Amino acid sequence: MPIGAGCVKTKGKERNGGVASKELWKLPNLEPLPFLCYAAPLIRMGQNLYHKVFDRHCVAQLPSGQYQLFIGLHLIHEVTSPQAFAMVREQNLNVPFPELTFATVDHIIPTTGAGRQRPLQDPLAEEMLQHIEQNTADFGINFFSPEKGEQGVVHVVGPERGLTQPGMTIACGDSHTSTHGAFGTLAFGIGTSQVADVLATQTLAMAKLKVRRINFTGTLKPGVYAKDVALAYINRLGVNGGVGYAYEFAGEVIDRMTMEERMTVCNMAIEGGARCGYVNPDQTTFDYLKGRDYCPEDESWERAVADWESLASDSDAVYDDTIEIKGEEIEPFVTWGITPAQSVGVVQDLPAVDSFDEADQLVVKEAYEYMSFEEGQPIAGTPVDVVFIGSCTNGRLSDLREAAKFVKGKKVASGVRALVVPGSQEVDRQAIEEGLDQVFSEAGFQWREAGCSMCLAMNPDQLSGNEISASTSNRNFKGRQGSPTGRTLLMSPAMAAIAAVEGKVTDVREHLEN
Amino acid sequence: MAGEIVSTLTGPGIPLRGNDIDTDRIIPARFLKCVTFDGIGEHAFKDDIKGLAAKGETHPFADDRFARAAILVANQNFGCGSSREHAPQSLQRWGIRAIIAESYSEIFYGNCVSLAIPCFTADHETCAKLQDVIESNPEAEFTVDIAQSTVTGPFGSITLQIQSGAQGQLLDGSWNARASLLENLDAAKAVASNLPYVSSYT
Repeated sequence: MPIGAGCVKTKGKERNGGVASKELWKLPNLEPLPFLCYAAPLIRMGQNLYHKVFDRHCVAQLPSGQYQLFIGLHLIHEVTSPQAFAMVREQNLNVPFPELTFATVDHIIPTTGAGRQRPLQDPLAEEMLQHIEQNTADFGINFFSPEKGEQGVVHVVGPERGLTQPGMTIACGDSHTSTHGAFGTLAFGIGTSQVADVLATQTLAMAKLKVRRINFTGTLKPGVYAKDVALAYINRLGVNGGVGYAYEFAGEVIDRMTMEERMTVCNMAIEGGARCGYVNPDQTTFDYLKGRDYCPEDESWERAVADWESLASDSDAVYDDTIEIKGEEIEPFVTWGITPAQSVGVVQDLPAVDSFDEADQLVVKEAYEYMSFEEGQPIAGTPVDVVFIGSCTNGRLSDLREAAKFVKGKKVASGVRALVVPGSQEVDRQAIEEGLDQVFSEAGFQWREAGCSMCLAMNPDQLSGNEISASTSNRNFKGRQGSPTGRTLLMSPAMAAIAAVEGKVTDVREHLEN
Repeated sequence: MAGEIVSTLTGPGIPLRGNDIDTDRIIPARFLKCVTFDGIGEHAFKDDIKGLAAKGETHPFADDRFARAAILVANQNFGCGSSREHAPQSLQRWGIRAIIAESYSEIFYGNCVSLAIPCFTADHETCAKLQDVIESNPEAEFTVDIAQSTVTGPFGSITLQIQSGAQGQLLDGSWNARASLLENLDAAKAVASNLPYVSSYT
């Protein structure tokens, strides 16, 4: 089937693709446009990856005006799936494509060896774990369990096993599903009713998004990482700047990034309000995937690469919006507030309330009050109580390697509780093989087992009281790390590592020579 | 399998001021440790309620004046953050039937449609005015009309916006997309058979 031929009919009626025009294509309208799915290949202009992949997966247009999109990879975890399986059972439905769904356990699982003994100490956590075990067994779904050594944060496991491949549509009951966009996929976070939709039909009802290309030009300065790139675009465009958009991340900075760095950038698209974000597949993507468990081999691999290359955005592709961010202007960022857009460069002072739009001043004041910070104070030097290195944003091997560079031969500052939590059991094994666990342990970090851990604190790893945490995770929302008064400063793994050693927020660039 | 037709909803209002109120605040993560949504309404805004109580203030969701409220009026980017359907489930089970806000996070919005909670949008002035009216008259009944896209209260009637797709789904009871999706299962299988990766590029 040729690309784009997927959506020719709506409820049996032929759509006339020929009437679509350039103007229609560019209409700044959130509502689905009836001709778009089919018309794009007929008008001679470049297409971006979003539309190519969307069209290929389009099943039908629904009466609501939305499109029915086939989902090529469905990932599930223990928190958002039990009610979905219950919905499927209540309606007596089948799971027609069980081989396209993969499960793991990440949010609730304790990260200490003793804590993982069954039954889990927390009866609610144990019940959720039992549910995912039973549900996956009942419906013939592959479960990456701790016992098999395959468990990890869902957005770490999918890519490392080679499940995430360019040109796929991916859904998961988890907002950070945008991570998988790093491979040139359309990857959507969904709610539990939609998890049931995918289980029962392998499809979702989706509106078409607009596409904003964000070009990161030039080069990043030393001490500036993928996490800073993510915090930079959220700072620039705001936490709701991406609503209605898919973000295409491009430019020299992205071209030079490793796959793990690209995953960090795409992971936080949702924090900028964009339902999904992606990077066009290139040689870096193919090199990462080759030889992974679920990737095609031999002639199939050659066919796959040719297909993937054809899906990248055309050089003359059209976008609804394009912006440019200069790589040289990105600083090591630290969040100071209660949204991921409330951030400053590490050498900057906290902004004045009246420097914000009037509409945002309420949440800025609320942030200052919650954080017990004052406008004008420097962020550098802020004492930290806890350091958390891990999560689907920054819990991969390269993150741990980079953090370890700043920890080697040093000691965690007195009074600081520091955790390293590998993103998966595989990351754990590789890190141990390289001796990273020793580097961190000798410095006084706790080396933990794989899970979401303190990113959202649905497990024993939590802040207490109003502790301040230097965290490599993705959200600094009120109470996010488990204490209703706990405070989170988001930053890169290198910055978090230095914060652990110094006991306070520190510019990583002062330590680059070490 | 058509669901309930939702055309008008009536009840007192509840104002919730501030932009970027995320789903962690609507339902803190520890209350996601559950395998059903039963009882989740009791935990709506639990930590925000406690936080304000510690300062001697009362959160709207703990304020007796709004205990019967059904129409929530919020501001920008309501429901941002986590995809947890537990958030709108919690609001619905608390008693919220409809939401009016300046804007919504997309995942939250989609979850609300799945639960037949109409999400209207209005500009800042309208939302602020509605919040003021509710604040000064918490007993007042408001009616939202899906077809007309209006809210009617002590001040008369105000026009709101609603996405036409969701509007139609509420009005014909097709807000649960699963029935429509199931109708096209054969077409979905046909699309799958043409996706090269589904057959591992063989």
